[in-house]
Amino acid sequence: MATSTTNAQIGEGREGPAPKPGADGAGRRRRGALLHRLDIKGAPYVFVAPFFVVFAAFSFYPLVYTSWISLHRVELATLDMMEWVAFDNYVELWGDSRFWNALGNTITIGVISTVPQLLMALGLAHLLNYKMRGSLFFRVASLVPYATSVGAAALVFTMIFERDFGMINWGLGLFGVDPVNWEGDKWPAQFAISTIVIWRWTGYNALLYLAAMQAIPAERYEAAAIDGASRWKQFIHVTVPGIRSTVVFTIVLSTIGATQLFGEPLIFGQGPNGISGGVDNQYQTLGLLLYEEGWKNYQMGRSATVAWAMFLLLILAFATQALIKRLRARNS
Amino acid sequence: MTTESLPVRTDAPAGATDPVKNPAGRPGRLPLRQRAGRQHHAGPLAYVLLGITALLSIFPLYWTMVAASTDNTRVSETPPPFLPGPNLFSNLARAWDEAAMGQAMINSLIVAGVIAMSTVMFATLAGFAFAKLRFKGRNVLLMLVIGTMMVPPQLGVVPLFMMMAELGWSQRLPAVIFPTLVSAVGVFFMRQYLSEALPDELVEAGRVDGAHSLRIFWSIVLPVARPAMAVLFMITFVHAWNDFFWPFVALDMTNPTVPVALTQLSAGYIRDQSLIMAGALLGTLPLLAMFIVFGRQIVSGVMAGAVKG
Repeated sequence: MATSTTNAQIGEGREGPAPKPGADGAGRRRRGALLHRLDIKGAPYVFVAPFFVVFAAFSFYPLVYTSWISLHRVELATLDMMEWVAFDNYVELWGDSRFWNALGNTITIGVISTVPQLLMALGLAHLLNYKMRGSLFFRVASLVPYATSVGAAALVFTMIFERDFGMINWGLGLFGVDPVNWEGDKWPAQFAISTIVIWRWTGYNALLYLAAMQAIPAERYEAAAIDGASRWKQFIHVTVPGIRSTVVFTIVLSTIGATQLFGEPLIFGQGPNGISGGVDNQYQTLGLLLYEEGWKNYQMGRSATVAWAMFLLLILAFATQALIKRLRARNS
Repeated sequence: MTTESLPVRTDAPAGATDPVKNPAGRPGRLPLRQRAGRQHHAGPLAYVLLGITALLSIFPLYWTMVAASTDNTRVSETPPPFLPGPNLFSNLARAWDEAAMGQAMINSLIVAGVIAMSTVMFATLAGFAFAKLRFKGRNVLLMLVIGTMMVPPQLGVVPLFMMMAELGWSQRLPAVIFPTLVSAVGVFFMRQYLSEALPDELVEAGRVDGAHSLRIFWSIVLPVARPAMAVLFMITFVHAWNDFFWPFVALDMTNPTVPVALTQLSAGYIRDQSLIMAGALLGTLPLLAMFIVFGRQIVSGVMAGAVKG
């Protein structure tokens, strides 16, 4: 189970022995044999074609075309008029403080939403792995946030974090803490937005970890127990390494999600404030900036440039993770 | 041992092999003794912690319902209300009309339904080919499918928007349906399931009987694949229903899907907080109903393969 969701799978396409191409064609009429050969040779490509056609048309082509658009000045109202500006958009973006602000916010919100989320998911998975009554209930319950759309989740949390009558500030007030301006102040806002992300995805990741944990062979635990390892040591030295590939997979998915963050801050800012990520852009992410440039300022070329910046950020994030992994491997 | 196969076991009828408790599938592979050996019984602390987690997971939705059942003044009082009020159904009815949630729900039903159906169909076709048919470039193509998961769709949003304008699909449902007709995760999921669940002998027997590939797909593969198709359908439906960024860009308030309509609620045009919460509740109800009925299957589906949009 551990590797079921990861790259370990990718290479092994061979394991299902394919049916032997029709060797019994001798007795058939030639035309039948030809059709049969055509079917054997061609059908697999026909079967996988729909995926590739749709992907090429609606994902790959737009991705490539984004880079072409980013070298132009294109306005939303006149999409067919493209003026070549070479790297002007990139130069402007580089000198734009809003870009660096959005980049910083994307990274900080990404870190404070992803790290606790995955750690909590690990703990939750460990708990769910116990033998117990009502395990199905607990599993479904932890998956309920995943069924809630960004919209609904962000709306509730916006109210819970409301400054004047929100539940959190009321609760803090019981302990004598002054009301926090969750939307207006930078770090509280980023914390609140991260809470929405954490709430929605922790249970989902926990179930992925749980699935991986259940595939760890019992002998490893038995061996560790014989060596006198405590429960905690077993968790660190058997469970965590045993689900490593799933952990990598969730890190990849969460990183992609974090660079794309859009809906939570948008709705948290309630309308006009949402797109700019607060009055002072205190929680504007790259996703919001992309939208603001394209659909509020009507500059599609600049919007495409932001998209490329997001892509670069993603690649950088993966490169950093690979580097950390290598350094840790060298140290140990 | 079983690590290299995706053990989806969703075909067990309730009461037989529990797919949730035994996601490793194929009971023959993992002797029960092994499982019993390492699974400790939960202590009281585990129950308490899990109880708190379940509470935290459910509370925001519970409170959505509470807020949706009161009125605007009661919602904004301190301390906030913790018990439902009397106005739930009137607020839901108002949200349906005033906040255009009715149109949004119908749109979302169409969008998510079509996307889920086509994803399942194409994923099963491609998954069958990747799992059981031999053809040149199979491994390379499968790697390509998996590689596409790494490309966030948001990156191509500007050209996609221009493309939809050209096709005349701006603000229309095809704009949000077509780009998501297939899913790499779905293909991978079905491939894993079929390489496990579909015996080669069945396919070969079909060949010997002279059936062509499509016929084999129709009469041999589909019946075997059905349980996994059902799970993939539900999970794709959840994702399509909740998909936000592209629908937000491609559609407008005259013809929104549910998540898009919900942003309208938040945008300050409606001042009535309990009405906003009623809209949020309305938009979540269909999926919640699905979770209550099919929770077990959805949990097993998520655990069987990382299906995330």
